[in-house]
Amino acid sequence: MDTIQTSIFRRRIISNLFAGFGFLIILFSLATLLMLVAYLLYQGYPRLINAESGFSFNWKFFTSFPSRFPEEAGIYAAWVGSALIMLVTSAFAIPMGVAAGIYLEEYARKNWLADLIEINVTNLAGVPSIIYGLLALGLFARQFHLGQSIITAGLTLGLLILPVVIVTTRESLRAVPDSLREAAYALGASRWQMIWDHILPYSIGGILTGVIIGLSRAIGETAPLITIGALTFIAFLPPTPLKVDPTFPFFQVSFEWLMAPFTVMPIQMFNWVSRPQPEFQINAAAAGAVLVFMTLSMNTIAILLRYFLRRGIKW
Amino acid sequence: MSDPSSLPIQEPLADSVPSRKRLFREVRERFIEVILLLAAFSAVATTVAVMLVLITESAHFFEQVPILTFLTGTKWTPLFEDPEYGILPLVSGTLVTTAVALSVAVPFGTIAALYLSEFCPPWLREITKPCLELLSGIPTVVYGYFALLAVTPMLQYLYAFVGEPLHRWSPGIFPEELGGFNMLSAGLVMGIMILPFVSSVSEDAMRAVPVGLREGSYAMGATRFQTAWSVVFPAAFSGISAAYILGISRAVGETMIVAVAAGLQPNLTWNPTDSAATITAYIVQVSLGDIPHGTLEYQTIFAAGLMLVMMTLVFNIAGHFLSKRYREVY
Amino acid sequence: MMGVKNLKSNRLALLGAIAAVSGTVIGLAVPAVQSQSPATVKIDGSSTVFPVTEAVAEEFQKAKGGAVKVTVGISGTGGGFKKFCTGETDISNASRPILRKEIDVCAANGIKYIEIPVAYDALTVVVNTKNNWADKLTVAELKKMWEPGAEGKITNWSQIRSGFPDAPLKLFGPGPDSGTFDYFTEAIVGKSKSSRKDFTPSEDDNVLVQGVGRDKNALGYFGLAYYENNKKRLKGVAIDSGKGPVYPARKNVDNGTYYPLSRPLFIYVKASSISKPEVKAFVEYYLTSAGKLVPQVGYVGFKPNEYEMAMDRFKDAKTGSIFGGKEQIGLTAKDLLTRQLVD
Repeated sequence: MDTIQTSIFRRRIISNLFAGFGFLIILFSLATLLMLVAYLLYQGYPRLINAESGFSFNWKFFTSFPSRFPEEAGIYAAWVGSALIMLVTSAFAIPMGVAAGIYLEEYARKNWLADLIEINVTNLAGVPSIIYGLLALGLFARQFHLGQSIITAGLTLGLLILPVVIVTTRESLRAVPDSLREAAYALGASRWQMIWDHILPYSIGGILTGVIIGLSRAIGETAPLITIGALTFIAFLPPTPLKVDPTFPFFQVSFEWLMAPFTVMPIQMFNWVSRPQPEFQINAAAAGAVLVFMTLSMNTIAILLRYFLRRGIKW
Repeated sequence: MSDPSSLPIQEPLADSVPSRKRLFREVRERFIEVILLLAAFSAVATTVAVMLVLITESAHFFEQVPILTFLTGTKWTPLFEDPEYGILPLVSGTLVTTAVALSVAVPFGTIAALYLSEFCPPWLREITKPCLELLSGIPTVVYGYFALLAVTPMLQYLYAFVGEPLHRWSPGIFPEELGGFNMLSAGLVMGIMILPFVSSVSEDAMRAVPVGLREGSYAMGATRFQTAWSVVFPAAFSGISAAYILGISRAVGETMIVAVAAGLQPNLTWNPTDSAATITAYIVQVSLGDIPHGTLEYQTIFAAGLMLVMMTLVFNIAGHFLSKRYREVY
Repeated sequence: MMGVKNLKSNRLALLGAIAAVSGTVIGLAVPAVQSQSPATVKIDGSSTVFPVTEAVAEEFQKAKGGAVKVTVGISGTGGGFKKFCTGETDISNASRPILRKEIDVCAANGIKYIEIPVAYDALTVVVNTKNNWADKLTVAELKKMWEPGAEGKITNWSQIRSGFPDAPLKLFGPGPDSGTFDYFTEAIVGKSKSSRKDFTPSEDDNVLVQGVGRDKNALGYFGLAYYENNKKRLKGVAIDSGKGPVYPARKNVDNGTYYPLSRPLFIYVKASSISKPEVKAFVEYYLTSAGKLVPQVGYVGFKPNEYEMAMDRFKDAKTGSIFGGKEQIGLTAKDLLTRQLVD
């Protein structure tokens, strides 16, 4: 009896030690994260908080263009650029990725073609981001004559996150029970009707989560945009997509902004980091803090979306 | 499963639907399928485009430099007066930083994943996992400076305690003091960056293991640790190995951290305390530099890129077989 | 079932919006290619010249009240000329003169250019503040350190000059992809790109500052601005080219004694772009304001009459380069502006 008890005791100890170790690792990772964010905030707060007017939030940093004076330099062009590029990226990667995911999960038969596509998707997930930069330089910028424009950058990052979107789409489709598909077929739905009316609504939460996680990776990417030569001094915004027009229908949709030159947050930060004046390091840190905040809020949206869209679904 | 022909269902009776409507439906279905297939094919097209761009751009380079010299040369100095084009120093730099990163990310990532999936209360997991994922959302430039300004001095400080006896014991491996640029610090920081990535994907794989397996294990009197280690981990290993492979790919392809913290001197060395350049760091360096485009010097970046893609391809194929080998069907 | 209905309408709206955006994005991208905003000055090129051009662009846009748009990119001098010689940009920033290969590409595409020197960058040799021996170095001593033959052999300070301590020599410098490296090797070793390879290179000068600032036995070189901003951590070395040691300082660059390490920076203006009023106005603004703006960003400006000479060259639209596709060192602003231009 005694030996069994010591054995159980020992195994419990091991188990608890392991749990403690696992917890410590997670704590350590979270501490690193906190430390990095705290460091950025600590270094960058002079640009983010306006000390003179009673410690209010310094909006000027968000609404100023780059400048040779660190105190005057802001991230206006950079965050607008980042936002527009994310728009192009999602407009490209979401439909493409979701469609590809649907095909692979719901249509593809087990043949060489499906295998080929499948292997390609896994491979692309592993291709280093800088290679996408070389691709963009050779293909979009030079071959398609798109230059260093928002559309080039958006498509590049779109290709980068395409595998993520495809994989998460497949996973969320797989999570929908087959009984739902069978029920739809039993009522005479065609395959597309089944997918469109029944499977997609249930998996949209998972898909969106994947998309947002992909986008939050794309927004911090520097390397692929450096190779296409992202601009770093722009003191104007791209042309507005909606123009007010006195004649009917009173506004005009314009796509000039797609060809506009751009800069993005990580590039702006990289540029400030390499300046000789130490005051620019403050700008870099502040821009970094804003960038982390942007990814943070995107992740929060993803979590909330997942939560609310899954709330009503139980199988 | 999703193929309707395999299901015991019949198409709606033909005469209950007018044939023109049926034809329209049939055409629409085909049309949608073709569209979806085309979208799926974009992955293949991207791969082809990547290879095409890299091969055509480096074709001129390989006319001048024999592939064998490129693959086996031990010196990489294409930008100096007496250029040599051996990619091995860049490959060794890439592999060493990757190895250091993985030695952090794989064990710790796996343990963190086991903890999250087997030990941790669900509410804590729901909070921790996305927070951890944020670690990969921090721009890598920040990590690079973190490695250079915080981790390297810390390592130098720690190394000062053990460096001297170690150096006396084996001067070839252990330097007297740690240099200001080394692959160790870049690799460690890279490891921290990809840790959440590895743990998150492996945790997904672990949670996909059917509860029945765990219940069986508990019924036999196993502790949580025994269940996690001897039942869940082997059962999920196929998925976990996929996580490792993705981790390798991220480490091999990471650019900004190594460019800032590892030094940019191409060094054929397997010693992580040395400074070295990686393939990615070389590419980004030349992309920003003053080299005239279209010259042989400039085309080296495409040849290096090709090498990088080949390396990730090899890792992916190896990983594919690895995860197939350990796939458990339940 | 209510849940599903809600989801369905959500989903429809969402997918509809996504489809609309993506469709229009892809559909209208092609016609959009042709439409370029009229009053834009496109500049790209060297990261070294970037701060100067950025400062001018900033002031110019303020002066014009936003009527003219100026974009300044960083693709390196090589990347800049690549775009310049295919006609994509109006002005190219260059930290070295245009080289033969680039001249040929420009000629093949019918691009003529006006070469305008705009500022000096003084390459500064720095050591750690704890280094109390290397106050001044001769060009010959620097050559001994940096020439290709030194690789693996000259690894100790005591080898440089008798009297220097027995301490390992750690070298830091810009990457071999940079114009700074080309100029330094040409000036010190005598041949561009001819250098030892066992030094720690970096494209980012702040990283070099870190390297030298931490290591007592380190020596490195980079632009004057990085030294001026880090005087607490670094010590500038006086260079003796045979006429006595000269410290890296603005006045020494100004009076031409800081030889041979002060190097000129250029902008190249596309000749056909002069017909665009915004480009013409920009370059004129550049040359009238450079005297004030150049020192603000850490470089050394020319004398006022030299900027006037540059202005004359621009106004007369004199195309070509004085270098003939080959780097030369130690040229003063006067040399740069008076020598014969070759197309």
